[in-house]
Amino acid sequence: MDAATIATWMHGIDVVMREEKDHLVQLDAAIGDGDHGTNMTRGFEAVVQALDADSSSPPGKLLILAGRTLVGTVGGASGPLWGSALRSGGRVLGDQPTFDGVQLVEVLAAALASVKDLGTASVGDKTMVDALEPAVETLRARLSGGASVADALRDAGDAAEAGMRSTIPLQARKGRASYLGERSIGHQDPGATSTALIIRALQRAVAQAS
Amino acid sequence: MAVETTHMRKFLNEPAKVVKESLAGLAAAHPDLVRYDAAAQIIVRRDAPRKGKVALISGGGSGHEPLHGGFVGLGMLDAACPGEVFTSPVPAQMLAATKAVDGGAGVVHIVKNYTGDVLNFKLAAEDAADEGIKVTSVVIDDDVAVQDSLYTAGRRGVGATVLAEKIAGAAAEGGADLAKVTDIVKRVNDRARSFGVALSSCVPPASGKPIFDLPEGQIELGIGIHGEPGRKRATLGHAAEIVDVMVEAVISDLKPRSGAKLLAFVNGMGGTPLLELYLLYGEVDKKLRAAGVEPARNLVGSYITSLEMAGASLTVLELDEELTRLWDAPVHTPALRWGA
Repeated sequence: MDAATIATWMHGIDVVMREEKDHLVQLDAAIGDGDHGTNMTRGFEAVVQALDADSSSPPGKLLILAGRTLVGTVGGASGPLWGSALRSGGRVLGDQPTFDGVQLVEVLAAALASVKDLGTASVGDKTMVDALEPAVETLRARLSGGASVADALRDAGDAAEAGMRSTIPLQARKGRASYLGERSIGHQDPGATSTALIIRALQRAVAQAS
Repeated sequence: MAVETTHMRKFLNEPAKVVKESLAGLAAAHPDLVRYDAAAQIIVRRDAPRKGKVALISGGGSGHEPLHGGFVGLGMLDAACPGEVFTSPVPAQMLAATKAVDGGAGVVHIVKNYTGDVLNFKLAAEDAADEGIKVTSVVIDDDVAVQDSLYTAGRRGVGATVLAEKIAGAAAEGGADLAKVTDIVKRVNDRARSFGVALSSCVPPASGKPIFDLPEGQIELGIGIHGEPGRKRATLGHAAEIVDVMVEAVISDLKPRSGAKLLAFVNGMGGTPLLELYLLYGEVDKKLRAAGVEPARNLVGSYITSLEMAGASLTVLELDEELTRLWDAPVHTPALRWGA
């Protein structure tokens, strides 16, 4: 995997965010303020523009550029959270031109750590962490069990979606949904939903690369 | 041409440009007070930076007008950073605003307690510190409708934001130093409580759909300012009954001393006319006096709104001599003006 994998991943996110924009807006309107789909779409449109203008950087630098672009364009909570996540992940790769599955786990683990640190959220708070953490853990476990990167990412995508669905019965404890108290129960978290979309996009990008 | 959907009729050119075009209009209407830096998307006091004066900036999602851009001017904010509708601004805006207004005495960031606002202002304050600017941040969290616990994002920042901007702005205008101005913002936040009620949802221009639907005869109790539903629904009763709920919510939480002088702020959410807001104030005034406190100052009008939502919030601030003097001090901004 290399810089092209990252570029393909980011383009894939851009496409799927546009496709799922209304769905994310609906989910967010139920327990937030209805801007999640709009914000993510605006952010990843800017990311692909920035990446298209950069044809020479290594994969880690592209992730840092993507993260910086999200911080600079999205606003809300998802901008700093995904922005910091991609920047932290990118720093793991330094200047190396390629990366393997083990390093991909480290990238995603660093991304997860920065989200948990900045957002002070844990699994069960009804946030993006509910999708991201099981995805990272599954990817790590499957790879160390000898699975191929493609298979491990497929299972990570499944884990992210299971985590996304697990947010439905939860009462939100972070972010704007927490203001609703018990009324947040019964709704799927929009941040966990876009996170599952992002992991699926990574799975497709890596499958395309191999 | 205006833009129309099944749920929305708004004066727009392109929905995606509503914030920028509105900010340009604000600056065109008040060139003596503010200027609009379109590249940075910030509203800056005309005469900023003022050497030696502590500067105040605030910001947040748009859709709450006149907050914050309408409060830039003499005796209040030095700059405002408006984000997209109901979406916090990005750190680059806050950094640009901080640099534009820093007169060497430091800059206070007034941040409403929403996860997005807090995260973006935090990143901006780190950037400003890297550039050698003294920045303090105060998070406003006055909304008693939200339980303040480990299990929520904490209380929201609502009406107290307006009062803190006015009162601390007067302190800064009077020459108070960074520590003092910061302390005033904190004191206003500590001694203020708010509670909001919605009679309708609102329609963000980008989606063109109401955020929630209220069945006939129902109201939302404990709403914030982003069109989000409240903590619970109730049956629409008389205004006097609704005011009972609002006054009880803020007073039982604030626990002012007996005979305390209060500032009572009855705020419209954007779709409720002054006719009703004054009716509400009349009820609030009676009930506060009955509760043994004195509404010594008041503010009635739509100052921190939620687009066209019908509804109102009540903020009470327990005053002392210094806060009263600072409230009475001259202010001249697009949306608030007296004594100057």
